[in-house]
Amino acid sequence: MIELKALTKSYDGAVVVKELSLTVPRGQLLVLLGGSGSGKTTTLKMINRLIEPTAGAVWIDGTETSTIPGPELRRQVGYVFQQVGLFPHMTVAENVGVTPALLGWSSDRTRAKVDELLALVELDSLHVRDRYPDELSGGQQQRVGVARALAGEPSILLLDEPFGSLDPLTRQRLQDSLVRIRREVGLTAVFVTHDMVEALILGDRIAVMNAGCLVQVGSPRELLTSPADSYVRQLMTTPQRQAEVVDALMAEKVSEDGP
Amino acid sequence: MSEQLALLPEYLTAHIQLTVLALLLSAAVSLPLGIAVTRAKWLEQPVVGLAGVIQTVPSLALLAIMVPILASLELPSIGFFPAIIGLTLYGVLPILRNTVTGIAGVAPAVKDAARGVGMTSWQQLVRVELPLAMPVIVAGIRTATVWIVGVATLSTPVGATSLGNYIFSGLQTRNYTAILIGCVAAAVLALVLDALVRTAETSVRLRLRPRLVLTAISIGLLCSFTAITLVMPLLGSRERPIVIGAKTFTEQYILSAILSRWIEQETGHPTTLMQSLGSMVAFNAITTGDIDLYVEYSGTLWANEMERTDDLVSPAEVIGAVKRFLDERYGVTLVARLGFENAYALAVRETDARKLNLRRISDLTPHAPSLVIGGDYEFFARPEWQAIRNVYGLEFLDRRTMDSTLMYQAAAQQNVDVISAFSSDGRVAAYDLIVLDDDQGAIPPYDAVVLVSQQLSEKAPTVVEALSRLNNTITVERMRRMNLAVDGAGEEPAIVAARFVRDLTP
Repeated sequence: MIELKALTKSYDGAVVVKELSLTVPRGQLLVLLGGSGSGKTTTLKMINRLIEPTAGAVWIDGTETSTIPGPELRRQVGYVFQQVGLFPHMTVAENVGVTPALLGWSSDRTRAKVDELLALVELDSLHVRDRYPDELSGGQQQRVGVARALAGEPSILLLDEPFGSLDPLTRQRLQDSLVRIRREVGLTAVFVTHDMVEALILGDRIAVMNAGCLVQVGSPRELLTSPADSYVRQLMTTPQRQAEVVDALMAEKVSEDGP
Repeated sequence: MSEQLALLPEYLTAHIQLTVLALLLSAAVSLPLGIAVTRAKWLEQPVVGLAGVIQTVPSLALLAIMVPILASLELPSIGFFPAIIGLTLYGVLPILRNTVTGIAGVAPAVKDAARGVGMTSWQQLVRVELPLAMPVIVAGIRTATVWIVGVATLSTPVGATSLGNYIFSGLQTRNYTAILIGCVAAAVLALVLDALVRTAETSVRLRLRPRLVLTAISIGLLCSFTAITLVMPLLGSRERPIVIGAKTFTEQYILSAILSRWIEQETGHPTTLMQSLGSMVAFNAITTGDIDLYVEYSGTLWANEMERTDDLVSPAEVIGAVKRFLDERYGVTLVARLGFENAYALAVRETDARKLNLRRISDLTPHAPSLVIGGDYEFFARPEWQAIRNVYGLEFLDRRTMDSTLMYQAAAQQNVDVISAFSSDGRVAAYDLIVLDDDQGAIPPYDAVVLVSQQLSEKAPTVVEALSRLNNTITVERMRRMNLAVDGAGEEPAIVAARFVRDLTP
């Protein structure tokens, strides 16, 4: 379980995240949804202290994170980066095994874990484990990124727009994989995105952020049926409008092909 | 050729010692400094800026300036030590700059990821930033390697043996074989070291294990060779050989060889030569005991060290004053007056002298505004030049500074009309030049004298006694002949010296 308590971040007086409080129950996936500059990535990075909060606190499974040294905390929390950030001088196996190495696992245990995780993210271990990141496609790289985040057997996974730079088909396959992985591993996760559809597909609950503040939290259905304000309503109707455009095009096509 | 090649092991070993040690020290200084700079950004400007300033100092000057700096700190100021410090400073900038650039060039996403997977600051550096910056850092090390090998040839004038000994003595004695050997050996050494560093880096990066093992062994051997050759003489030294200094011209090479041979023959003390020292460096070195003896000229001490400018003093007066001055001020003993003078003198082409009726420097005064004068590196900065100009009211059309070996040729080929010749130089006659009389006595007498350090005169009175027997043994004609044998006929200074000592021995 993750609890954010009045979490605040300001840079030289400019408030980026303002007194944000949220709870993510064990095993759930919370989507942090918002536009650019809404403070969603800053919030995510404060959970594993990649960014130190100015005020407020984060509790993970009953422990306040500020009591744990940063590096030690981050080894217990998986993190998937928007730009993947695989280490270019390490093989795929070494990239995935990096957190186990920091945790001091035996090489046998690490090797077994790496193979297990590569299989979990649907990569052929024999084929890719000794390759370097630049030999992989963008989708494969992010699969390795997810495997790396899971290698330390964390109970919590943080994902920062992980599929944002992938083409739509690859993105969809990775989203499907993530849903399956969560079901198999049973993770508590926070997922940052600005993509409404992605939020609806993946989120158990969605937290909408705007200008550093939390606007509304709820299940996808709640947000769709009773948006808290015009901003949320606008956000929620975007995919519907897109779907309507697609439907209209389909209808034209049908009438053209019709009798 | 074979005489020159026989010197190669000594010079090459010394050059490798200088290069390898300076390179290791440069890396040891600049890698941590570069890393510190990337952690504390505010340090970058001052640190990299300072290294850049050091780099802009001409390399020869950087090495030479170490001599007075170290002397003022009462550290060994001649030989290996100043050379190592100068070379190390020279190697710092490329390694420092590339370390900073290399680490700064690691992609932000990768740095973020390194923190994100739970690396400590140190682990981020060692496991991610340094490996990724390594190609850039190694490029800096390679630049430093090639620079240091090249600049190390300039260690010779500060008293450190190097391949530069070939080049400096070769230039002075017009021995082009020696120059060529020095240059080729330095170039080959630079290429070999560069290839070693490059291979080490690629085999680490591409994980080529057999090649890495081979390179590591080569580098290990090279470092061990350096360490062993540096330490061996310290362990094995029963008695330090007597160190004989020589400045950077032919006559000094010959005289130092004569002194060496004479001491070994008469006293059995082993000797070693430290040649191609700058004029200031040589005198500094004898006052500190870094060299034990060398041949100086009375007028140089009179003008430069005592800062005397009196006209028309007799040779005996100058010698007496210099001898007292050296003894009282530095404990340095003037043990012998060799019997000839090597004075600064103005020389002109014989044809001009006849045409313009020039015999004395006074005759030159009315013609000077249409003539060009050439001088060696020191001449125009020396008090003697001021004295000549003031006493005779000389105003030349132009003046050119050049290497003393090229001066005579330049006069003969009419590139310049008047030169600052040396009166004992055989080339004055060889190039059909004549020396003008110093009729007003503006230039002090320049008797060649043997100076002995305080340490040596206390330690080895027999050497002092043997040297005193060289009093009045070399006439100016003999010195000219010996100079010409080297400069004109291309004989080795050591052979000319051996002949002289044989003639001297009854």
